[in-house]
Amino acid sequence: MARINSFAELEKLRQEIKGRRDPNKTCITLCSGTACYASASESVNEALERELDRQGLKEEIGLRRTGCHGFCEQGPLVVIYPEETCYTKVKPEDAAEIVQGVKEKKVIERLLYSDPVTGEKIVHESEIPFYKNQHRLVFGPNRWIDPKSIEDYLYIDGYSALAKALSQMTPDQVLEEIKKANLRGRGGGGFPAGKKWEETKNAPGEPKYVVVNCDEGDPGAYMDRSLMEGNPHSVIEGLIIGAYAIGSHKGFVYVRQEYPLAVENLNLALKQAEEYGLLGGNILGSGFDFSIKVHRGAGAFVSGESSALMIAMEGKAGEPRMKYIHMSQRGYKEKPSCLNNVETWATVPFIINKGSDWFNSIGTEGSKGTKIFSLVGKVNNTGLVEVPMGMTLRQIIYDIGGGIPKGRKFKGVQTGGPSGGIIPEQYLDTPIDFDELTKIGSMMGSGGMIVMDEDTCMVDMARYFVDFCCEESCGKCIPCREGLRVLSGILTHICEGEGKEEELQTLERVAEVMKDASLCALGATAANPVLTTLKYFRDEYEAHIKDKRCPAKVCKNLINYYIDPEKCGACMICLRNCPTGAVQGGKNLVHWIEQDKCIKCGICYQVCPERFSAVEKLSGEPVPAPVPGREVVRKKE
Amino acid sequence: MVGISSTVNKIVGKYQDDRDMLIQILLDIQSGLGWLPKEVLTEIGKQLGVPLNRVYQVATYYKAFSLAPRGRHLVRICMGTACQVRGSPLIRDRVQQLLDIEPGETSPDMKFSLETVNCLGCCAKGPVITVDDAYYGPLGVSDVENVLEKYG
Repeated sequence: MARINSFAELEKLRQEIKGRRDPNKTCITLCSGTACYASASESVNEALERELDRQGLKEEIGLRRTGCHGFCEQGPLVVIYPEETCYTKVKPEDAAEIVQGVKEKKVIERLLYSDPVTGEKIVHESEIPFYKNQHRLVFGPNRWIDPKSIEDYLYIDGYSALAKALSQMTPDQVLEEIKKANLRGRGGGGFPAGKKWEETKNAPGEPKYVVVNCDEGDPGAYMDRSLMEGNPHSVIEGLIIGAYAIGSHKGFVYVRQEYPLAVENLNLALKQAEEYGLLGGNILGSGFDFSIKVHRGAGAFVSGESSALMIAMEGKAGEPRMKYIHMSQRGYKEKPSCLNNVETWATVPFIINKGSDWFNSIGTEGSKGTKIFSLVGKVNNTGLVEVPMGMTLRQIIYDIGGGIPKGRKFKGVQTGGPSGGIIPEQYLDTPIDFDELTKIGSMMGSGGMIVMDEDTCMVDMARYFVDFCCEESCGKCIPCREGLRVLSGILTHICEGEGKEEELQTLERVAEVMKDASLCALGATAANPVLTTLKYFRDEYEAHIKDKRCPAKVCKNLINYYIDPEKCGACMICLRNCPTGAVQGGKNLVHWIEQDKCIKCGICYQVCPERFSAVEKLSGEPVPAPVPGREVVRKKE
Repeated sequence: MVGISSTVNKIVGKYQDDRDMLIQILLDIQSGLGWLPKEVLTEIGKQLGVPLNRVYQVATYYKAFSLAPRGRHLVRICMGTACQVRGSPLIRDRVQQLLDIEPGETSPDMKFSLETVNCLGCCAKGPVITVDDAYYGPLGVSDVENVLEKYG
């Protein structure tokens, strides 16, 4: 491909691509994000390719592997354009029928999504409740384009915002537009991006750097990964626009090496952008030079913190430093550096193209635009959802997420990763934005949203997050390093049924000190899950301490497995599966568990057939004595 | 080990002997060899002009690096929040019981290495584990044995 040397040439190429493509041509798209890859989308792709070849339809029907569509629960997803027919949970053996159906314009009923409430089969992707209530803006193009094809991105008007910024706007005008849009950083704290850009621009010192943070470490969050995998050019375009506004000529992308597909697609996109003259010297003939380098992160949660990330990029152990001087003043190599996360950069081209007024028309007073959340845990429709700021938790969890599986009761939702808090049912109608979440003791974070039901123990969850931070703390400052260890010790104590009431005060006191005295945000916010659970679920702590009872029946030390002799069908399944031989009984003899041998692995509970559901978990009550040798009474059908 | 110097030289050369690229160099070696032998770390330090203690500081700070050889199969258990609420601790305990090793260890016959990871990013499949490049999920405790047997 010859380098594009001017804005006119870019437009010409775009028109050429559009002219070459028939928008009404049938195209089978296949979601190929990591989650769908995990569900074997690779082999579905091969099967579809084979079938198109076999049925001689390679020319007539297109096949495109796209990025993540978001509805991971139902993956691998196939969407057929232009009709938008959506097939879920597609298997390689479905390929022949799909291709046949496309040829004959027939819909394959059994592969359609069926509404779990009404049972109705839904043909079109946009009519599925999961999608219907979303506002897919930044994440939207993921489902149309092949991330490995720059032409696909150009086809959907990619790099037009860059051309607009470079040809029609001065750097100051670009900056002004972002400031007016009130774009807040999507990576955690919600700091105004325009302000950060301006500080970097005005800071003394050259060169200046711009950096993409794709070190998405929050467990249970994968928005940035899916954007980087599915639409890397949008991030690159946003970064170039930012660099132009700030006056930077060198950018970095810090990406976790645990995201191999993101690294691969990003590197390919960078190479293409360079070839096309969208990166490098004299971009599109504008006279603006900019290049991007990729730095793979080697796996340290704290290295996603801005100061630590800058140090990691120098090839050192990424530990945070005091931040009385912002990165915008002294960041990478002590030079002014502007760091935003993937989603923030990817939002920039939209703002430049459509204007700040348009962006301000979406969202709430203090938080504009849309936000991508990873809706996971005990929720029916797991996946990535993009909604306007201000939507309530209830709308997200019930209208989009389809509620809690198996009719269980909602208990809480965790936002903000290990730095956030667990929000109880009473706040389900809170509109979600940066400020509202902070008000109720949690935070937006990067957008993880983990739903918990009555089978989740809140003390155990608090311990999980504290242990996570304990493991990930760099150990540089004492409040974080030692505070977390104290918290972990006490919480473990409580989970094991050894907790004392006065320890709850110790938890609160240590948490306060950590908040005030930690070096970076990891330590300062690490106690949030403890504080919010203590505030909203104190009764669970008390049950563990006073009654030696785990209400959710999770904490191993406080539960016992028990087989209800009235329900047991003596089917031998649990007896055969028990790894320690703790299940006693035999053929036609009611089974019972020898408690001394039981390691509480939970296998019997899982394998007991639903028609019996004889295995129970008991907590805070004595296990009834077994009656060895009792014969099972078979009910007549 | 023969050829350490030239192997290291090749990778270091790819990054123009740039010290800032230490982590990238270690990542490349780790993915090639599966671990970071002492001799290699020494050689990297020598060629880059970085003190050995700093090479070790970096190699021990980040989770991606292993200073001991790994087994033939790498089992990774996702302990992300989504998997956690869906019961990953029970899965972890079961894997540990079956392999008889703790996370971070390798079985004496060098067949399996076990790791826990913060999030594999396929929360819809949780609880999930990976063995080498294959994903398994959603898993129940009773499924673990069958999965591991495939590699036994």
